[in-house]
Amino acid sequence: MKELLLIAIGSALVNNVVLSQFLGICPFLGVSKQVKTAAGMGTAVIFVIVLASALASLIYDHVLVALGLEYLQTIVFILVIAALVQFVEMFLKRYMVPLYQALGVYLPLITTNCAVLGVALTNVQKSYGFVESVVNGAGVSIGFTIAIVLMAGIREKIAYNDIPRSFQGSPIVLITAGLMAIAFCGFSGLI
Amino acid sequence: MNKYLERIYNGIIKENPTFVIMLGMCPTLATTTSAINGFGMGLATTAVLVFSNLLISALRKIIPDKVRIPAYIVVIASLVTIVQLLMQAYVQGLYNTLGIYIPLIVVNCIIMGRAEAYAAKHSPLLSMFDGIGMGLGFTLALTVIGFCRELIGSGSVFGYEIIPADFHISIFVMAPGAFFVLAALTALQNRFKAPSATNVSKEEREARKRAGEKLGCDGNCQNCMLHAEEIAAQAAKKAEEVKR
Repeated sequence: MKELLLIAIGSALVNNVVLSQFLGICPFLGVSKQVKTAAGMGTAVIFVIVLASALASLIYDHVLVALGLEYLQTIVFILVIAALVQFVEMFLKRYMVPLYQALGVYLPLITTNCAVLGVALTNVQKSYGFVESVVNGAGVSIGFTIAIVLMAGIREKIAYNDIPRSFQGSPIVLITAGLMAIAFCGFSGLI
Repeated sequence: MNKYLERIYNGIIKENPTFVIMLGMCPTLATTTSAINGFGMGLATTAVLVFSNLLISALRKIIPDKVRIPAYIVVIASLVTIVQLLMQAYVQGLYNTLGIYIPLIVVNCIIMGRAEAYAAKHSPLLSMFDGIGMGLGFTLALTVIGFCRELIGSGSVFGYEIIPADFHISIFVMAPGAFFVLAALTALQNRFKAPSATNVSKEEREARKRAGEKLGCDGNCQNCMLHAEEIAAQAAKKAEEVKR
């Protein structure tokens, strides 16, 4: 139990997926203008990453290792993730309409989020079992949500500030991300 | 100019993937702790890009339009696996440093973007040269960013220390430094009005959209994300109306 908690805290705060691993930078910079959309994106990412790391872990342990095809992991994982996102979208549309209305618009954007593939590969690299993989996936995606919601909150304020012309647009966002990364460095003594 | 050389010039200068069209930000930020790491990552991506452009262009008349994206993904993922195995066999040190970012070349938008925007419409040889140009442009950009970070952060140039340890600003080789260096470079670009995806005015973007230039993937993920936010906001509004 203690190890699982350490994995979750480690991947959510200490090695934050965006601010120290640099995965999922595209949505982090692209969908962080408003807190509301950022929170929606974050929730959808939590949903997909937890499902994808569970599925990838099962497929790796019971299909790839059993057949001695570990070297095909990259190909298999990316196809599984792409199919999973499509399937989740269809399933929600058919059976869980309220959830689909809340998350549906973000789902197609997630296939291009490298954090999903990154988590699946990290789980294999650190030889996590099924439960550890799911916990790690949850930790990583919660870390992503924390980072993107904080970023959106700051950007809502920045919109009213007087910024030097050269720094308008993406430079100021990158500076903000850098300062947030410094703050997250402070978590490194946590575990 | 020769049309093949023109592709290479285009990739390195005119449409540099990192500085001008701002693609593939994840490896750009993550693997540039030193010039050598950036250079290695650039070359690995170049290898995948050249062969994916060549193969996709050669197969462009066979792949049905509806399943082209999954087909591209399979081609790219296979090439990445080959590059990964080759690196594991012959450049162990670099393989260990780059770690998870080698398999993540699969989701680098430059490769998918070039496949969709260029290789799917042009002849194999031309697409291959496009891949070489884009790859070299990416390698150059990563090496430059790595060079800056390595010089400020650990006081060395390509591994040779030239500044004594007392003057190292080690935050530049850590995560925040990557954001700061990239911010400084894009700010310089804005200052000198160099062409870049980030300083295209809104009117110009609208005009291009009206002219039908931005239909489908234009090889610029950031535009897609900007556009996606608009779509998301509209859809959310519509869903709320439906609820009422």
